[in-house]
Amino acid sequence: MKKPLPKVAFFDFTGCEGCQLTVLDALQTHPDLLSAVEIVEFREAMSEKTDAYDVAFIEGSCTRVSDETRLRCIRERSKIVVALGACAHTGGVNAMRNNHIIDDLKRVVYEEASDHFEAHHTRPISEVILIDAFIPGCPIDRGEFVQAIKALCMGTMPVIPDYPICLECKLHENACLLQQGKACLGPITRAGCGALCPSLGIGCEGCRGTIPNPNLEALEMIFSEKHCAPHELRSMLSLFLTHTLNPKEVLAHESS
Amino acid sequence: MKAVKTESIQIDIQHLTRAEGHGNIVVDFDNGELNECALEIVEAPRFFEALLRGKPYQQASHIASRICGICAVTHATASLRACENALGIVPSPQTTQLRKLNILGEMLDSHILHVYMLVAPDLLDVKSIVPLASSAPELVLRALKMKKLAGDLCQVVGGRHTHPISMVPGGFTHYPAGESLSDLHDRLVDLRQEMDATVDTFQDLRFPEFENETEYLALHAKGEYCFIDGEIVSSDGGAWPIEKYQEVTNESVVHHSTAKHSRNQRRSYMVGALARFNLNYTDLHPKARSAASALDLKPKCVNPYLNTVAQIVEMVHCVEEAIAILAQMTPDGNAVELPVVPRRASGEGVGACEAPRGTLYHHYVIQDEAITFANCITPTAQNLANIEEDMRLLVPQFCDRDKETLSHYLEMLVRAYDPCISCSTHALEVRFV
Repeated sequence: MKKPLPKVAFFDFTGCEGCQLTVLDALQTHPDLLSAVEIVEFREAMSEKTDAYDVAFIEGSCTRVSDETRLRCIRERSKIVVALGACAHTGGVNAMRNNHIIDDLKRVVYEEASDHFEAHHTRPISEVILIDAFIPGCPIDRGEFVQAIKALCMGTMPVIPDYPICLECKLHENACLLQQGKACLGPITRAGCGALCPSLGIGCEGCRGTIPNPNLEALEMIFSEKHCAPHELRSMLSLFLTHTLNPKEVLAHESS
Repeated sequence: MKAVKTESIQIDIQHLTRAEGHGNIVVDFDNGELNECALEIVEAPRFFEALLRGKPYQQASHIASRICGICAVTHATASLRACENALGIVPSPQTTQLRKLNILGEMLDSHILHVYMLVAPDLLDVKSIVPLASSAPELVLRALKMKKLAGDLCQVVGGRHTHPISMVPGGFTHYPAGESLSDLHDRLVDLRQEMDATVDTFQDLRFPEFENETEYLALHAKGEYCFIDGEIVSSDGGAWPIEKYQEVTNESVVHHSTAKHSRNQRRSYMVGALARFNLNYTDLHPKARSAASALDLKPKCVNPYLNTVAQIVEMVHCVEEAIAILAQMTPDGNAVELPVVPRRASGEGVGACEAPRGTLYHHYVIQDEAITFANCITPTAQNLANIEEDMRLLVPQFCDRDKETLSHYLEMLVRAYDPCISCSTHALEVRFV
């Protein structure tokens, strides 16, 4: 008898939905994925809905109290939960707000109407529910997503590199941007994107999160040796790594 | 209220599907009185304008592109143009052409997504494109092939399909290889078949008949179908330089809804493909104009449902314009140019682009290379007031239909505007009681 296909669902929280679009891209280049899994929920592309999932992919960060309830509900209904993309995995660009007082931000954007809505500090979903795996990046890498689906179909977990971008840059024989005095977070950032940005002349912005035990002091030293301004490093670290590097600050804010 | 129906209708559509971002449709029609009629924006606020403050201008376009996964290229381009105008950077003609190519790719990509995957299921009476894979496989395969090429176009120019990498203030850090440009050119020429087939398919599909004449606004420039820069023009007459965008958008907090709404010379206005079509029809590529007549779309069209048809006409235009730009570039490929250096470290500037859903403005003040003020007005935020005006007119007109049909018409109406709710960071979360 034919085994039923794994039921896969996609959910979105605070984010730009670019990772879901990358999933659609992956379906274009790998239409055979549709015969390997059954997509049962995908709000951006479908009106159909279902209540139990083998794999739930969650895009976006948790930024509201109401998000927590929804996340727990998804967790209860899913065998495997995967954080899809930087916003879900590390808080992504949404976590930049954690360096600010939220009420100030509200007033900057919404002025006197700022009390009408709910907004909190940004958390990766792993701070609210248990996750089984993550696919990093802003946006996710298409190839990595396809690999992850294959792994999940075979009953294993996706393999995400834990070595730095620098290794991939060397494999591409790129000239080192840091050596040229250009800011780059390659030494502390998790590889897997094929060093995409440095290969195009843009320093790594850290969207895939850090490698385990990143050596920030050494990176600061390299930056100062190569005459990159320290504020450039701070500003770059804040783009995608605000939460990773200051998780405690958020908790302090939340409990106050 | 002109409706005479006595029936009461309460509609509450939570988390509208097949749309970008989260929105609810709420209608309360009681004994011919429309008590409530709103598109609630329930997307969480994102604060991009506040977060841009203090950031070096060089990072602005990479942050701005994260506002939206679908119109990332347009956000990045408007952001770059705002920085460049602030700092006196004049990009080279090649840079302008490459950026235009990237925008054409995104416009095509977004329109294909909307027309085929989000709207077509309504017209073919299915819930999504998934069942069409077995009932109309040629349609799905065609859509996927077209979308793949549009994404590849963005990837070749900007380095990645979603969130461009190599576009920076003053130019590019990386140029596409000559052979990838000629490959794109040839594939786009082949794509004309799919474009013809698209026009054929949609010729036979019926959209709801509904009219609501409004003010239409779009960017306009002499001699081209304007997507970047230009001036703001209105179907009610008048033209504004982009620096005066605030005179046109007039964003304000509307108390009945607590969502920021835009109005210019009437209660609301419309931006997007239909507005561009109405205002810049003569600048469309001749092939796009013949597609329009095949689809029976003429300016000035005042049926908002036909925004989707205007998108199909623009798809033809984008394919033709991209072919022309690539044909010009392909013999020698791109010259490797260093990004133009800014003339000053401080200044104020506005950048405007036509995003797939309408005019997008980024406005920055930069001091010593750091952004001190940012304002971003998205097309969906500008369209919200007009969508609600349409809903208010539509409900009494169609209230003799059953609730399911009316809900479906309302969903289709909102979808026709192709709202990009993640984008409308300006719109407040709305709560009705």
